Amino acid sequence: MKLKNALFAASALVSVASTAAFAEELTIATVNNGDMIRMQGLTDDFTEKTGHTVEWVTLEENVLRQRVTTDISTKGGAFDVMTIGMYETPIWARNGWLVAMDDMSEEWDADDILPAMRGGLSVDGTLYAAPFYGESSMIMYRTDLMEKAGLEMPDAPTWEFVADAARKMTDKENEIYGICLRGKAGWGENMAFLTATSNAFGARWFDENWTAQFDQPAWKETLEFYVNLMNDAGPPGASTNGFNENLSLFQQGKCGMWIDATVAASFVTNPDDSTVADKVGFALAPNTGLGKNSNWLWAWALGIPAGTQKEAAAKEFVEWATSKEYIELVAANEGWANVPPGARTSLYENENYKDVPFAAMTLESIQSADPQNPTVDPVPYIGVQFAAIPEFAGIATEVGQEFSAALAGQQSVDEALEKAQALTTDAMEAAGY
Amino acid sequence: MARAVTNNRKALNTAIAWSIGILIFFPILWTILTSFKTEAQAISDPPVFLFFDWTLENYTVVQERSNYMRFLWNSVVIAGGSTILGLIIAVPAAWSMAFVPSKRTKDILLWMLSTKMLPAVGVLYPIYLIFIKLGILDTRTGLVIVMMLINLPIIVWMLYTYFREIPVEILEASRMDGATLKEEIIHILTPMAVPGIASTMLLNFILAWNEAFWTLNLTAAKAAPLTAFIASYSSPEGLFYAKLSAASTMAIAPILILGWFSQKQLVRGLTFGAVK
Repeated sequence: MKLKNALFAASALVSVASTAAFAEELTIATVNNGDMIRMQGLTDDFTEKTGHTVEWVTLEENVLRQRVTTDISTKGGAFDVMTIGMYETPIWARNGWLVAMDDMSEEWDADDILPAMRGGLSVDGTLYAAPFYGESSMIMYRTDLMEKAGLEMPDAPTWEFVADAARKMTDKENEIYGICLRGKAGWGENMAFLTATSNAFGARWFDENWTAQFDQPAWKETLEFYVNLMNDAGPPGASTNGFNENLSLFQQGKCGMWIDATVAASFVTNPDDSTVADKVGFALAPNTGLGKNSNWLWAWALGIPAGTQKEAAAKEFVEWATSKEYIELVAANEGWANVPPGARTSLYENENYKDVPFAAMTLESIQSADPQNPTVDPVPYIGVQFAAIPEFAGIATEVGQEFSAALAGQQSVDEALEKAQALTTDAMEAAGY
Repeated sequence: MARAVTNNRKALNTAIAWSIGILIFFPILWTILTSFKTEAQAISDPPVFLFFDWTLENYTVVQERSNYMRFLWNSVVIAGGSTILGLIIAVPAAWSMAFVPSKRTKDILLWMLSTKMLPAVGVLYPIYLIFIKLGILDTRTGLVIVMMLINLPIIVWMLYTYFREIPVEILEASRMDGATLKEEIIHILTPMAVPGIASTMLLNFILAWNEAFWTLNLTAAKAAPLTAFIASYSSPEGLFYAKLSAASTMAIAPILILGWFSQKQLVRGLTFGAVK
């Protein structure tokens, strides 16, 4: 009997010890946005299922980018899972800094990930970060103002139509501006919008030999069109407006149209925050008939730094957070309008999600962006609103400052393009391209 | 007549001082007010000043989402620890420079200050690598050391300035009475320099409390102080200004209260020796 008890106790101890050995504490770096905050609130579900606990490090997007870049490039090991974007993923993967996601479980269903997202987060066909949510950009417009202007928004409008509609909707005396676009300088600010727009106008950042292309007519056409349109139909002080400033203007009923991230749709249709929640329509980002729309493609994805001591537990977390079950968990707790969008095909086949007003246009926008072939003419880089090379963020921020100054009237379009060409050429030569 | 002019001038000076004071304090006041608004009221145009539906909802959300007390404790330990450690090193250093200067003292003082002229980001990677090697990344110990090092030049300079105001004859008298160096510093010099040391302490505590580059870059989950707490509520995609304001108010409240209660000491110390 004593022996039996001793054996029982020993086996119980081994069982407890093995559970404790497998239970890890993961440190996860993430950005502060609605979807990520919801995920933090649901972490208990992950802990219940796996026994692992999670410590969250939530930071503002630009701070986070600097923080995780420092850590991963020095192999600091401060984080076990990092929230990274479509820009960093291919660069870091090529440097060998990320764990490949090629051995995820069958239930996770890698084939269900939207092809555009998969393409942007893969290198040589291998996925290096799992998309948590994805976004494109689209037109959000005031249906009442469009009707008042005697126009009807097509599903896939041209820039000519959008410019005409914006000028007709503008009523500056009553502080209604036909179009609100990003003007604040930054590679993820005005340059995200302008690079995506330039794709529709037939422009590109570099030719096949990595030669800067700001001296080409397509860029001049893009920038002149943008500056003229904003001068005629944009809000005052547009050169300092980013996502939040335009969101605020749109929610207060001061914008006829706003072209920006598809995630904004849930904000502008929320009656608690938006005064125009019931008067918002959606359309694809404009084109010029050259075969490319002006929409971008972005994903916030979960990546695992190579060399982490907790790779297995980190993968369990990534599988949990980017699974179909997680989407259902959010839907059950927060409603279908709040599930992380743009990552999985199955979400858009779900009957419950089809009722969400902006779901179809979000999917169409994402599918119309191709990070592997973003421009009319061929380019040597991956990325729709960026070129996935380490030098891009620095160069584009400087170019963004020149373009923002042109919008503010501090210099002409020609001067801005001339400076952009010179600084890009210098930076690329210095980098050895 | 002369008295009337003086009164007018006094009134004018008071009005100017109040205007400047209100101007400087306004961003803090606005942050505090915004923290009691809804997100919609926070961005309303024209802005609402006092007449809105006051709510504590943002504070509730921030409390639920973040472990405020952990961030606060980290801030207290990092700011307090680095200030005390800095003083322990700086008091003897400033004493030697003030009372037994060599021909290189001025150069050393200038060299110490020159380290403040280097942009912090320039040494981020070396410091980060050292922290990895020493295993002090994301620890309060690491942050205390870094905060002490970056504030040490200021502490030494301030103490040096205060010590120079103390008559050297008093120290010589204590030596004549047989005081050792340790006794001289602890029992003679320090009591006389209390206002200066207190203001140096306060100023460096505030500097360490507000420091946001190293505290964000050398921490993750465990040692993150209130600067990281604020950064976790800032978002370029989404209007969370009311919640951000609530987080900011909670972060600045302790230092604001400390500053309020110690303002006399601070002003006394900062003007120490200014009027003879």
